[in-house]
Order: sequence, then structure tokens, then C-alpha cells
Amino acid sequence: MKVALFIPCYVDQFYPNVAIATLELLENLGLDVSYPTSQTCCGQPMANSGFEHLAGGCNSLFVKNFSGFDYIVAPSGSCVLHITEHLHDDDQPELAKHIKETTYELTSFLTDVLKINTLNSSFPYKVGMHQSCHGQRGLKLSQMTELNAPDFSKPGQLLNLVKDIEVVELDRKDECCGFGGTFCVAEEAVSVKMGKDRVNDHAKHNVEYITGVDMSCLMHMEGILNRQQSPIKIIHIAEILNGVKA
Amino acid sequence: MNSRDQILAAVKANQPELTPLPQLDSFFKGQETALIEKFTQVLNGIGGKVIVVANTNEIISLLKENYSLDQIRVISPLASMQEIANNNIDNHNPHALENVELAILPAHFAVAENGACWLDESILLDRVLPFITQHLILIVNKVNVLPTMHHAYEKIGNEQYGYGAFIAGPSKTADIEQSLVLGAHGARSLWVFLV
Amino acid sequence: MKTLDHAERADIFNEDEKRVDWHDETLWWIRQKRDKSAHQIPEWEDLRETASAIKSNTLSNLHDYLLEFEKNALQNGVIIHWAADAKEHNEIVYRLLKEKGIDKMVKSKSMLTEECHLNEYLEHQGIEVIDSDLGERIVQLAKEPPSHIVLPCIHKKKEEIGELFHEHLGTPKGNADPQLLTEAARVHLRDTFLTRKAALTGVNFAVAETGEIVICTNEGNADMGAHLADIHIACMGIEKIIPKREHLSVFLRLLARSATGQPITTYSSHFAKPRDGKELHIILVDNGRTRQLGREEFRNSLKCIRCGACMNTCPVYRRSGGHSYHNAIAGPIGAILAPNLDMKQYADLPFASTLCGSCSNVCPVKIDIHDQLYKWRQVLVKEGYTTTAKQVAMKTMATTLSSPALYKLAGKAARTTLKYAPFMVNNKFNAWYLQRDMPKVPQSSFGEWYKINRKKNEQ
Repeated sequence: MKVALFIPCYVDQFYPNVAIATLELLENLGLDVSYPTSQTCCGQPMANSGFEHLAGGCNSLFVKNFSGFDYIVAPSGSCVLHITEHLHDDDQPELAKHIKETTYELTSFLTDVLKINTLNSSFPYKVGMHQSCHGQRGLKLSQMTELNAPDFSKPGQLLNLVKDIEVVELDRKDECCGFGGTFCVAEEAVSVKMGKDRVNDHAKHNVEYITGVDMSCLMHMEGILNRQQSPIKIIHIAEILNGVKA
Repeated sequence: MNSRDQILAAVKANQPELTPLPQLDSFFKGQETALIEKFTQVLNGIGGKVIVVANTNEIISLLKENYSLDQIRVISPLASMQEIANNNIDNHNPHALENVELAILPAHFAVAENGACWLDESILLDRVLPFITQHLILIVNKVNVLPTMHHAYEKIGNEQYGYGAFIAGPSKTADIEQSLVLGAHGARSLWVFLV
Repeated sequence: MKTLDHAERADIFNEDEKRVDWHDETLWWIRQKRDKSAHQIPEWEDLRETASAIKSNTLSNLHDYLLEFEKNALQNGVIIHWAADAKEHNEIVYRLLKEKGIDKMVKSKSMLTEECHLNEYLEHQGIEVIDSDLGERIVQLAKEPPSHIVLPCIHKKKEEIGELFHEHLGTPKGNADPQLLTEAARVHLRDTFLTRKAALTGVNFAVAETGEIVICTNEGNADMGAHLADIHIACMGIEKIIPKREHLSVFLRLLARSATGQPITTYSSHFAKPRDGKELHIILVDNGRTRQLGREEFRNSLKCIRCGACMNTCPVYRRSGGHSYHNAIAGPIGAILAPNLDMKQYADLPFASTLCGSCSNVCPVKIDIHDQLYKWRQVLVKEGYTTTAKQVAMKTMATTLSSPALYKLAGKAARTTLKYAPFMVNNKFNAWYLQRDMPKVPQSSFGEWYKINRKKNEQ
């Protein structure tokens, strides 16, 4: 199985450890993983700002970089959602279609494609799981509280395989953290207030770590936690699943 | 072109291709159990009160216990209630109902899922009566407690009323800081007698 | 004069954080009541799907349904009017009042009349309008617009309402007991109901098959007004039509549960014919609806039944308040309806969202609200309703991200200044840093690490 690693641009630049954990996790599962080094960004920042028409260059580049793989895996729900909803290439529509259909967010790749049921990792901490909206409501990684439908959680299922971890139940299980791409600066006041409220919910339940599938949400909450000089740390789920070298 | 024709022309030009109407059949299934209990629980939960009685005499004695009937204006179209009420009203002057304290009305049927009772113009004496009265009493036959709104509209069918209403509980508001207050503009209390 | 945009108004709203918490928690509580109520109905999701399909059919056959409704309503003795826009709507109302020599009117809730700014217009013509819904009466006394379509004064504290009532209705100073205040309003408005010859109401549903209209309230104010007046004027957007009476079952099951978690509103009143000797007028209003019907991507917004669930669940609405949307209809649904009325004036609203998608999940008629917010952003930018600075920034970003070489170069710079990080574009000041720390900067990017540690794999 040939797998391409798709690393969000801000993870590449600011959170290389998350990318390394993702890579190692997949490698340790015996997959042939490679990282197309000419990748940049999926184009979502432009598209969500109303400039989808400027994302053509990103689209072509994405198609060029990610052709010829069985699967494309990214440690991000948001970027994957953008690709699966909006990637198009007028010159190579078939290729683009194949890419859209084989691009997976990391946790759903592990549960739905690899169907793993053991993990060799331990994380002896109290952890709060942040449900990032694009992963949850967009990719349906877990059930949404608004719906009258059976409960499930792909990331939760994986965290259950980790030894010694304690995952807490939050008051508001799937409220948005307020990152929202350019929203986080264009609507600074509301974005920060949303982030503070999310962080407080975790703090109220005495978590030591906040984890999630999207580093963007975690980065936003980390910014707030650090400003508050909170002892709570953020950690991407890939790092927990891979076994953190503490 | 006048506005009517202009709007209709624009609608015609802009409406999409026809899509089918869905069927409602599936909503009728599996709803038939414990209707009186359900109705009672729901209506009590929204500020009303359900009392199951054997006959109208029981209703009259309960009302006598709870209201000083000789000191207030009580209106009812029901022959069985004429001992404590009268049906003497002037439909051309609904304002004259402003001093009605108690209205006792029959309802065609009740709905278990939401505690609502259906009344149409044929039985409510005056459209404003269930609203302008300070307190409202509805009387429903026990066999006429239907499971859901689907059953309710099936029962209404194509009845040609001038006016009809579902009434579920007393008038209420929570507009001030979401604090529930009964008795906004309509009846302050609602009792439903199931006979 | 430039009106403040959503972000600017939200900034002001957030100056009082305790109040934001209070607002957020109040609305979240209603969202929870909605969940509890919806989760008690096993067929809830089927009901939503069915409601959405009924509305799809309605929109696809609206021309014929409008004619059918008109025919049946006329047969019922109702007088029908058609208004192309807000202005014509307001003029029709005024003409009806003037013909009867009426200069005082009682009005129950109608978001359409808010959209048309009817009260202001009538006041200019010397007509006194009293809003009878308690929440609307409160904001009317406060000289403010409603901040929520179902809970008009949800932004007001009871102490503020106590103060208003003391001033206008003579309640004891300092008393903010909801029971007492509601009782005062009851007495004051009973007098209004008994003395007004005209009553105006909104419409929740209009049934093509029967020509009847359905009006839902908890307070009973629509009925008190309509039944005691000589003339009842009901105003509705043309999208309020539903095909058959039996379809009311689906919508009445969904409406109140979605709105407040109640199983049904206290009163669901069906008006088919006027009272003997009285008049019932229905005004059918377009005001941009036919234009929205023609916009394929935004057409579904016309399915809205005005339950307000999307506002209660919206994490942005809860923390910015209804007035931050500067439109008669606030929140997510307002943000997809408003640009159709005026793209320039409401260009900010589709951006007042994180696109979290919760709104679409609670919507009882399954409007794809967050997808439409995304689509409005594309339309607004293409139509030129964006700033030059943002255009330049986005073009720079697109160029950078389309070139691996430029991206690597920019990334290096970003790691020291964060200047080109995607979330930092187009800001004179570093809005991130005001209340948030920057991420700690790693020594190398993943790309650089990969080059050193996984050289064999490199393509």
C-alpha cells in the first residue's frame, strides 16, 4: 500500500513533531509512506476567505504532488475536508477525482481503512478531546450532538486503545473553538472568547492535555492557554497514538 | 404589469424543476401506546393539568370546589354545564367577553405527543373566548386522545372551518430572561378533563 | 455614514465579558432544551428530511401553489394583496388603515414587518403601532430592534426591563420580578387589545390546498389582537406557502421543538375565513424572494420556518449578540438571507462564522446554512465586495502557495515572524497576539527534517 503523507502548511512550519509522529505511526504499521516534498498548502485559506477562484495554482500543484498513490493521509480534518469538497483540476479531472476519493484524515484512515484494533502506546494523563468541527461535522469523524443518531467516535475509538489514558467528558462535547481560519483575526473578540470558553471547559474537568485531530484548533487554544500561563498542554492525537517520547 | 403578475412571472421564471412531495405514511406507525398517560405527562409538563373523570357531574363538583362560581362569569356552550355556566353571548361584540373568568369548552380531540387539544369555530362560541377568559377548561372524550399531529390532521381531514386552533397549556411567556411565566395574554390556566 | 460591521459590533459586545457569558449560557440552555426535545422523537431526522422535501417541492411549484392559495383564500372571503417590495407592503398596510380611518394598531410578531421597517414607516404617517408580543413590546419601549427572531429581548437583563416598565408602565422602581413585569404587560396590553380596531400579524404557514393561514404563539397575543379587531391584516413572504393541510403536522412537530424545546407552541391558530362582518386581509410579499429563488446555490434559504435554532446553537451569535448582525434576521440564517437584500450593506455577515456547521445540523428543514455562508463569501468577493488590501494579500498568498520554492522561502520567514502564516493575512495589527501567544517556533520545518531523516524516500 503506497501512502502519501499530506502535511498541512502550518504543521510543516510550526509543528513538525506532529508530522513526524504521523509519519512514524504509519511506518510502524508497515506502510510504504512517502512525503511529496513539493507540497505547500491545500488552498483552504483562500477558499474560506471567498477567494476559491485563486486556489487554482494550489489545486494543480496538489494533483501533481499526490498522483500515483493508493491513499493520501493527513493529520488534519480541516485540510482533508477542503480537498474532498473542493479539489478540482480541469486539465486532469479523473486524477483529481481519484485524489478526492482516496484522501483520508489520519484517524479515519486508521479506523476505516486499516481497521486497527491495537496500538503500542501509553499516555498516563488526563486528556480532553477537542472535536474539531471540520473533522466532526464535515468528515463525520464522530457523532454530532445536534443529531438524533447513534453515538460513535473514530478518534475516541483510537484513544481507547491507548494504555493508561483517561479521557474526560466535557460539558459541551462539540462546541467550536473559534479558530475558523481568517476568522481568528478578522473576528478577534469572538474568536478569543470562544477559545477561552473551550479551554475553560477542559480546565473545569482538570485535564492535563487537550488533544484533537486538527492542529489549527489546538494552536489557537494553545495561544490562549499560554497567555493565561495555564499548565494545560496541547498535543495532537497523532503524537498520543504514536507514543510520545516524554 | 401589476405586482401580482410581476411576482408570479418572476416565480415561474426562477423556480427549479419540479421535485416530488414525500409521503407521510411512515410517521403513523408505532405510536399508539399509553396515550392518556403520555398526554397527561406532556400537558402537565407545559403548565396544564389533566384530570380523568367518570362523568360531567364530577367535573361540575370539581369546579365548584375550586372556583366561587356564583361570583364570576362562566361561559360554556355545553348543555351539561348550564347549571354552572351560560351560553349567552353576543358574537357581534366579542369585547363584552372581557370579564369572563372561566370558559368551559369541548374539544374535538387531544394529541398525546404535545398535549394539544383541537377546537374549531363550531364549538367554541366565539373565537376570542378561549383567549380572553382568565381560565380555560377543555373537555375531551377519552377515546379521542390521538398519538401524534399526523393522526390529528388525518382526523381534521378537509373540514371546512372558518377558524380552528390547537391549544396546548395556558398562555405563557419566557421573554424576560427565559423565566417561565404563565398567563401572558391568554388564559392563565388550562385544565383538561378527560371523560 | 458607515455603519459598524459585525466584527466591530462584536468587539463592543465583548467589552463586558460577564454579560457575554450570561448571553451565551442563556442561549445554550435553549439549545439543550431543543436537543432534549428532539431526542425524544425517534423519527426526528426523518421529520427533518420530510420537511425539507416538502419545502423543495413547494419552491419547485411555487407559482401554482400561490395561485391555488389565492383562489382558495378568496373563496373563503379573504382579501389578498400582492407586494413586490417592502415599500409597497408598507403602503398597502397604510392604505387599509387610512381607508378605515384607523390611526392605532396592535401588532403581533412578524419578522417580515421588521424586514420592511413597517413600524418606522407607519409612525411617520402618524399611525401608532403597539407590539403585543412581550419581548417585542420590551424592545419597542427600549427603542431597539429585536435581537432574536423568537426571543426578541434575549439580550436584555430583567433589571433593565424592570427599569423600562417603571418608566413606561409605572411598575415599582427596582422591581425586576418576571412574574410582576409580565402581569403589568398583560394588564397594559389587554387594554390595547380591547381598544384597537386593526390588528396585524405575521404568518407561520399558508396552506395552498385550503387557503388558510396558521399563526403560532405562546402568549396568545396574535389571537387576542385578531379576534377583537375589525380588520386583521396578515403579512407573509411568498415562501410561507405549504402545499397541503396534512403537511402542517410535520412543521408543527418540528417548529416549537426546534425553537425552544416545547412540544408545540401554546396556540397554533388556523385562520381560514374572517369573522362575520369583519375583514381578513393577507399581503403576499416578494421583497427579493423571487431573486433568491433564482439563485440556485441560495434557494434553499427560502425553506426557513423562522425557528431560531441556528441562532441558539451558533457559537458566534451567542458571543456577539443579535444586534451585531445589523439586520432584521440575525444569526446564521440572517447571514445567508441578508446579502440577497443588499450585498454591499451585508457583505460582512457571511464572514461572521467559523463554518462550524452546527447551524445546518439543527435546522428543522435542513438548510445547508454553513455551505451557503461559504458560497456567499465566493460571490461577494467575485462581485467586488471586499477590500483591496485583502485582495492583494490573497493574491500574494495564492502565488506563494502555488510555488514550492516561494513557499519554502516564505515558511522560513514565517517561522521567525509568522508574517506569512495563512491565518495572519490582511491585518494591520497582529490580532492574533492581542490575547493569544504565538506558537513556539521550531528549529526546522518538517520538510527540512524529512530531507535529513528520510532521504532515501525523497522523490
